[in-house]
Amino acid sequence: MKVNLEIQRFNPETDTAPHFKTYEVVVDPTDRVLDALMDIKRNTDGSLAFRRSCAHGVCGSDAMVINGTEALACKTLIQDVTTEEGATIRIEPARHMKVQRDLMVEQEGFFQNFRSVKPFFIPDDSKQKPEKEYAQSIEERAQFDDPTKCILCGACYSACPVLDKNPNFIGPAAIVQASRFVFDSRDSGLGARLEILDQPDGVWACENHFECTRVCPREIKVTKMINFTKRAIKQYRDERGEQVNDGGAQA
Amino acid sequence: MIKHEYDAVIVGAGGSGLYAALEASKTARTAVVSKLFPSRSHTGAAQGGIGAALGNVEEDKPEWHAFDTVKGGDYLVDQQAAKILAEDAVRAVYDLENRGLPFSRTDEGKIAQRRFGGHTHHFGEGPVHRSCYAADRTGHMILQTLYQQCIKNDVSFFDEFQAMDVIMDGNRVAGIVALELATGEIHLFRSKAVLFATGGFGRMFKITSNAYANTGDGPALLARAGIPLMDMEFYQFHPTGIKGMGILITEGVRGEGGILRNRSGERFMETYAPTLLDLAPRDMVSRAIMTEIAAGRGVRGDRKIDDYVMLDATHLGKETVYSKIPDIADFCKTYLAIDPAEKPMPVQPTAHYAMGGIPTTIDGVVTTGTVTYDGLYAVGECACVSVHGANRLGTNSLVDLVVFGRRAGMHIADYVKGASMPSLPEGAEEAAVKKIERLHDGSKGPHVGPFYTRMQEAMMAKVGVYRNERPMTEAVDLIRTLRDEFRAVRSEDTNKAFNSDVLGILELENLLDLSLVTAASALNRKESRGAHSREDYPERDDAGWLKHTLASLDGQDVKIDYKDVDTSIWEPKPRTY
Repeated sequence: MKVNLEIQRFNPETDTAPHFKTYEVVVDPTDRVLDALMDIKRNTDGSLAFRRSCAHGVCGSDAMVINGTEALACKTLIQDVTTEEGATIRIEPARHMKVQRDLMVEQEGFFQNFRSVKPFFIPDDSKQKPEKEYAQSIEERAQFDDPTKCILCGACYSACPVLDKNPNFIGPAAIVQASRFVFDSRDSGLGARLEILDQPDGVWACENHFECTRVCPREIKVTKMINFTKRAIKQYRDERGEQVNDGGAQA
Repeated sequence: MIKHEYDAVIVGAGGSGLYAALEASKTARTAVVSKLFPSRSHTGAAQGGIGAALGNVEEDKPEWHAFDTVKGGDYLVDQQAAKILAEDAVRAVYDLENRGLPFSRTDEGKIAQRRFGGHTHHFGEGPVHRSCYAADRTGHMILQTLYQQCIKNDVSFFDEFQAMDVIMDGNRVAGIVALELATGEIHLFRSKAVLFATGGFGRMFKITSNAYANTGDGPALLARAGIPLMDMEFYQFHPTGIKGMGILITEGVRGEGGILRNRSGERFMETYAPTLLDLAPRDMVSRAIMTEIAAGRGVRGDRKIDDYVMLDATHLGKETVYSKIPDIADFCKTYLAIDPAEKPMPVQPTAHYAMGGIPTTIDGVVTTGTVTYDGLYAVGECACVSVHGANRLGTNSLVDLVVFGRRAGMHIADYVKGASMPSLPEGAEEAAVKKIERLHDGSKGPHVGPFYTRMQEAMMAKVGVYRNERPMTEAVDLIRTLRDEFRAVRSEDTNKAFNSDVLGILELENLLDLSLVTAASALNRKESRGAHSREDYPERDDAGWLKHTLASLDGQDVKIDYKDVDTSIWEPKPRTY
């Protein structure tokens, strides 16, 4: 079947504003949107710029906005978007990140937020390191399974309505990455992560819009993990007779 | 041009590169130069597990693991290296766990282990639970954990830099030339040590489990610098890729009890590997599938090479499927609209892993056996120690990454202490600068698309699971033609900054060069061993061919030399399962 890909183009060296360019492509309904983009790039217009690598939804390179919704181009089939001959599929870059070129966006800020939450294992140094593995029950392991799936694609960051009005919010992915450790029975780094998480622009900026959960290509229950993290911080502060630093939002 | 100076430069940020960087950066000033953001690397796509004889589920020994590796590799494995691999795997897995890697767990709270192809107890008596796993996302967890540790230890990254040339001063490395995507600038890295960890090159084949980024950049640019590549004819086709797409369906499915069936529903592996059945090594299972297809017992029954068989996991039950192989269930839902707990999966062999690559010592130092290149290292899939020989066992790629990534990183840390900063030869960046200028000379060339199509279809059909003299000769000729025609390709993007077209052209050049080396090496080896299976020479020939191939690229020619195999522990024997 034939479909039209209406793709947002922007070249900072020559353009003052983004514009759309339409490409007609022949596709199978079960082709990935990424297959159509690759066809254009290799056989029609080599100047079209986008990131991609694994092509099956595990590397997180090709998050973009497809017909208004954040998705990975390699995990979205043409038939998921349209089954109509001659239909137009609109493709735009991810939001809340500066466009570098066409569908490529500046991810440094997104990764900076990720790195800021100390997204690495922080063991309890007062305890002796095990000779072999740390013991962890199946149930304990299950507690943080969901956030381990995160591939840092940025779809949640693009979809989050809070970032429309507050660009300083660290965003859903950074909190999910923190929660992966907060709920790991072997980790004891919650205190060290509070300087970023327990801030008005940290977890407390989340307003439960659930857009992150809706678009996550790894089907992580993002909003739920954010709320669990809020609860863990509250409990940590309560145990120490301290107040959370939510800028008065929760009061 | 921008200049940098480091003790060590690591090219590639997958599992082996990151592990090497962690070790080297403890004492050496280290930069990681990668064409992808580290978390995008293809290590993240590995699914089923990392093999280590922990014995958490049943008795196991590193010695059995080493033997399985040697036998699985059809005795082309260097045996002392395999011993190091198997012994160090145990320490490596505990180290990863201690750094936070979230392995799945046994009832006793230990690291969970499952069965995997070719891994046995008591030297082949039966399958053993050796693969340590985190659901079917083990590679993702390893990549995440190592990247997390690099963040913790403040390792320096140059993200989205494409390596273009290695700079040699005689047989000593002096640095690399790289292209920065964001600016289009050429960067010159002067360095005492350079380690290539650029991964695989499955994109030379039509059906592959590999990422678009897997274009063999490291081996290709070393080959162009005159350094021979080892055992390139040994390329693994994983038996179970999603039909038509090549997306990997982990061997872990069969490890959990999944069964391959032909069009009549027969468990055909009973014929080919009576003891290990569906858990025979990958080369044997892929051949079994292609044999069934050639006999008209594929699902379509048309005997064409793109016919397929079924992988049946329906008897495992929903709970096992969703807890042990959740990503497989997700892929099946997304790409096939089926639930593997309810319906079997249509699968066919998919180009998966290069056993061959840059020849190294057990510490990652590049060597031909007679010539050693000081300061030059390679690890991971792009390297060839060789621990995989003629066929890699499942889970051993992840073991390879962490064991040899660490060893090379430690060796680098030690080496740079006693080495002086090399002087850069005059005009070291010249070739790269000219190459980019030529791509922008304003003339109009052909699109890259047809080059990919012709290369990938030829390599799949003529240098695939089963091989023959004539088709391979045709493949070599075609690749030579494509390399000639390639010289007319120009960038269709006139920008300097964020010019992904130029990157794609450089990647295509690398794939064409490696395709030629692969096809020529395969044509040269007149026997069948492991993944290299010739219908015109169906037997293994130890007297003539128990030796590593060293293939040097010389213009349109590939010169062949050989290197001895270390068989110091186990006498080569016929390989049955």
